[in-house]
Amino acid sequence: MDRRKSLKSIVLGSVAGGLALHGCKPSAETEELVESPKMTYPGRVPLEEELIAELQEEEFLNPHEVATLTILCDLILPGSEQFKAASDADVVGFIEFMAKDNPRYQPDLRGGLMWLDHKCNTEFAKEFKDCTVEQQKSILDTIAFYDPEVPGNERPFEVNFFSLVRNLTMTGFYTTKIGIEEIGYKGNMPNVWDGVPEDVLAQHGVAYEEEWLAKCVDQSKRGVIAEWDENGNLIT
Amino acid sequence: MQIIENSTVYDAIIVGSGAGGGMATKVLSEAGLKVAVVEAGPFFDPALPEHQTQLKWPYESPRRGASTRFRPFGDFDAAYGGWDIEGEPYTQKDGSQFEWFRSRMLGGRTNHWGRISLRFGPKDFKHKDIDGHGDNWPISYEDIKPYYDKVDKLIGVFGTNEGLPNDPDGFFLPPPKPRLHELFYIKGARKTNVPVYPARLSMLTKKLNDYRGVCFYCGQCNRACQVYADFSAGTCLIFPAQKNGGQVDLFVNCMVREVTTDAEGKATGVSYINKEDRKEYKLKGKVVVLGASACSSARILLNSKSKQHPNGLGNSSDVVGKYLHDSTGADRAGFIPDLMNRKVSYNEDGVGGMHVYSPWWGDNSKLDFPRGYHIEVWGGMGMPSYGFGFNANEFNKFFGTKVGGYGDVLRSDAKKYYGAVVGMAGRGESIARKENYCEIDPTTVDEFGIPVLRFHYKWSQYEINQAKHMQDTFEEILINMGGEPLGKKPGKETNYGLHNPGNIIHEVGTTRMGDDPKTSVTNKYQQLHDVDNVFIVDAGPFVSQADKNCTWTILALSMRASEYIVDQLKQQNI
Repeated sequence: MDRRKSLKSIVLGSVAGGLALHGCKPSAETEELVESPKMTYPGRVPLEEELIAELQEEEFLNPHEVATLTILCDLILPGSEQFKAASDADVVGFIEFMAKDNPRYQPDLRGGLMWLDHKCNTEFAKEFKDCTVEQQKSILDTIAFYDPEVPGNERPFEVNFFSLVRNLTMTGFYTTKIGIEEIGYKGNMPNVWDGVPEDVLAQHGVAYEEEWLAKCVDQSKRGVIAEWDENGNLIT
Repeated sequence: MQIIENSTVYDAIIVGSGAGGGMATKVLSEAGLKVAVVEAGPFFDPALPEHQTQLKWPYESPRRGASTRFRPFGDFDAAYGGWDIEGEPYTQKDGSQFEWFRSRMLGGRTNHWGRISLRFGPKDFKHKDIDGHGDNWPISYEDIKPYYDKVDKLIGVFGTNEGLPNDPDGFFLPPPKPRLHELFYIKGARKTNVPVYPARLSMLTKKLNDYRGVCFYCGQCNRACQVYADFSAGTCLIFPAQKNGGQVDLFVNCMVREVTTDAEGKATGVSYINKEDRKEYKLKGKVVVLGASACSSARILLNSKSKQHPNGLGNSSDVVGKYLHDSTGADRAGFIPDLMNRKVSYNEDGVGGMHVYSPWWGDNSKLDFPRGYHIEVWGGMGMPSYGFGFNANEFNKFFGTKVGGYGDVLRSDAKKYYGAVVGMAGRGESIARKENYCEIDPTTVDEFGIPVLRFHYKWSQYEINQAKHMQDTFEEILINMGGEPLGKKPGKETNYGLHNPGNIIHEVGTTRMGDDPKTSVTNKYQQLHDVDNVFIVDAGPFVSQADKNCTWTILALSMRASEYIVDQLKQQNI
């Protein structure tokens, strides 16, 4: 279903009442909503706006850290013919923001990047970002896996550092337009839910019961105003 | 500073615009009364584009929907306020860890809630007769049933008539079909001898009237619906009241300090702080209706001290603030291998909540706790937001393969496990106890100079035993779904995962109703025993919280109390 089109039908179908309530005809404002859903950050109260402005003004990562983290994030989610890279989704920009929004990330991020440089200096006499991909991967191979049976706070720092960057990279990537497209999520748009498709039921070995389905909404009558008999039986 | 007095005399002043205040606004204004609604937060209408968070994408938030102090349930949640509001503290006594969630906005917490709309059943009003605990209500299910019926038809709730003894039938809209993870839950629960029924949530799966839209299944009710297809007090009660020509004056960003009284001790109105100019104002009214939330209304009463009411308004019994109780809550989630490798070919957002649930099925006479709980279910291929992809392949451990790594394997692992987790939440009834209470903390004021609440609350062994039963049940259901329960099973050392009191946001009971003025704050019409022109329409008058969510009962009782107010004004009794 085309998102804009369906949004339009909803707006014209039902929001009009809400707008009329405030005395504005469903004209200019409504049209704007229909034709170009604004990529804004709405509904903020003043305190939230102040905080966002403050955070955006702050700078956490320095240019060297940005360069190092960019390489690291692209090793975690590399670009290829098939897939976009972490840097295509500005994952580092997201991590920068989260580190300011959640300052407890800061020492681990900053310290971890220093750890990477120290390790590379020791092994290859170069900083991480100047190492070859093979050299970089040889370091990552020692910190990228963790034992889930060991509690997080008992794992080595460098392993936890890498887990933190991997987690933020995954979230930072899969919450962007390209990431959502890749994962394949189909929602966040008007829909008429009418049950799990047959092929999916079959794949997972489950089925609907007739008795249960008989109680459920008949979507062809969703637009008909509900009426009941005196015993609470729906008659429309 | 001189207090600024408004010369208008309202028929009724309603404090708070949530479920209770909203319903009072609708009933009183449509009866022709001139009402003032005083709300501590700003105006809010999800139909206004500048207020909408519904249908926004995660990348429209710089934190991708992560929670903040202002929105503990995530950056797109409609309700702002939270557990920790700057300038509005609350304190604890004797090591209590009560959590108090407040939403400062038109519609209050109804902008956020899960819309789970459950009637209390006949036993819930007379539970003392059954098990000897707590107290009976002064009303029975038959007294409130006609109001539940009217609320169903006025606001809309989907569900099914199942003829259950303590989960009454109603006037339901048809429920949506279960989603894939819910079919697995049905299977696992039945194998555990836990019955499952279609959920009961207040979303319009079918047209109810020409004013409100029909649900379009985005699964985002907590972001507030722009077509008003879910219930919130602003969109479904206050705006319609205004639209129907009601004389409703909205006072937003106005924080009520106290109820004012005259020399006879009768209420004359309220005094409030306007948050914008930080000055104190007075409103005059013939009747004052408190719907500020159980704890906030208790606070207002306790702060309304006068020569005639030295212990606070309506508090000659010393019961205001006592019997505070919240629902119990405990949770568990599991990984379901049979839900791996899902097709992402379709949109399964559904309504903003569960399509199926399990009302309490047990027999407490055979258990070591007196009251029940219901089970809520979650899962599915949700919209990615902050936290998505964290520990993306930790479930590899169940297959003996390596956990962690980097590169394209993370992409395939994330897809393999997408939508393979199902969670359960138990929400149950605790016993109302006098020893659990809120009171005024004489040492602390908020930024408006109003003395704040101090909480004293301890769970008893009954609630802890109930939480243990929840954990055992959840684990069994997950295993019967073919799943692997996640994390360590919460044990004795954590009270079996029992949440802190207040955390479930169903706090009730602080101004309990009763026939005896010595042991209760209001009569059965929610009118103060001590002052006949003050009513309480939030969850304060609840004698007990059932194993249900409280909102549908707040609405029904507020409607009943409001009709009583109209009747009493007509008869010139108040």
